[in-house]
Amino acid sequence: MAGRRLSNEINAGSMADIAFLLLIFFLVTTTIVEDKGVLVKLPIWSEEPPETKRLKTRNVFSVLVNAQNELLVRGEPVRIDELREKTKEFIVNPQKREDLSERPNMAIISLKNDRGTKYKAYLEVYNELKAAYNELWEDSAQRQFGRSYENLTTTQRRDIRADIPLVISEAEPTSFGEED
Amino acid sequence: MSKFQKKQGKASPKVNTASLPDIIFMLLFFFMVVTVLRDSELMVRVTTPTATELTKLERKSLVNTIYIGRPVQKYEGIYGTAPQIQLGDKFSKSREIRAFIEQHRVSVPENQHGSITSSLKIDGDVTMGIVTDAKIELRKAGQLKVNYSAKPK
Repeated sequence: MAGRRLSNEINAGSMADIAFLLLIFFLVTTTIVEDKGVLVKLPIWSEEPPETKRLKTRNVFSVLVNAQNELLVRGEPVRIDELREKTKEFIVNPQKREDLSERPNMAIISLKNDRGTKYKAYLEVYNELKAAYNELWEDSAQRQFGRSYENLTTTQRRDIRADIPLVISEAEPTSFGEED
Repeated sequence: MSKFQKKQGKASPKVNTASLPDIIFMLLFFFMVVTVLRDSELMVRVTTPTATELTKLERKSLVNTIYIGRPVQKYEGIYGTAPQIQLGDKFSKSREIRAFIEQHRVSVPENQHGSITSSLKIDGDVTMGIVTDAKIELRKAGQLKVNYSAKPK
């Protein structure tokens, strides 16, 4: 009985050492990776060629990126930093111009690249297009609900996205440029 | 004055270290939670481009990663310098992506299949040809939710 009473206190002095050891192990192996990126929804694959839908030219915003990473928007060379504003203007069409989209929900962005296009350039273009939509959604959220788009409920977001749907259609890439 | 002199005469006070293990354990748990043990060795060089419209990938178990880039120096002799696709811990052809996606899919409960995201970690200097091939394979596999990994600007 006396022996048991003696041993019921564990020496916790080495606890810190053990904890330190584990701590150092995790410190060394830790890579705080922030996995972030541009979220994209790919179209469903189908073996048959997609049915050709006649679209009015004014509703299509064609963006081409060639193998030299140059940008051609609706037949005109454009710099990457102009793309966002141009896209926004096309979607909203504030001046009701004849050559821009009829309504935001009829606007379609057509993105085409070459197999020789650098991925960096492609992603930059995609990012700008997405940024244009994000800014429009944010504007719309402020106007309609007086709140930031991020703080809206799911239904409110869906309403906004129904008004300004993000449609980026990607065509089969050309293969003029050199791949590596 | 006399007060101070009195103190000096006493033995040096001991710092109570009883709470030290607790503090260390706290740190330990923090690192245990944030740690992501990298499961596969990177065999390709990947420097992801920068972007602004970023979405964070939340559930690790619902993410599968595909790397595309040029082989690191160690593998240059065997695989050359042309860009390669890495799935798990080996170099692969684009047609192997479908099996890779399927393999990951069976490890996820059925009701969460819609939330599976493919994280594409692609080197910025790779040309779109190989990326397009990978994209087509992902579409064929029905894996439509894709995240182009990028760094914040």
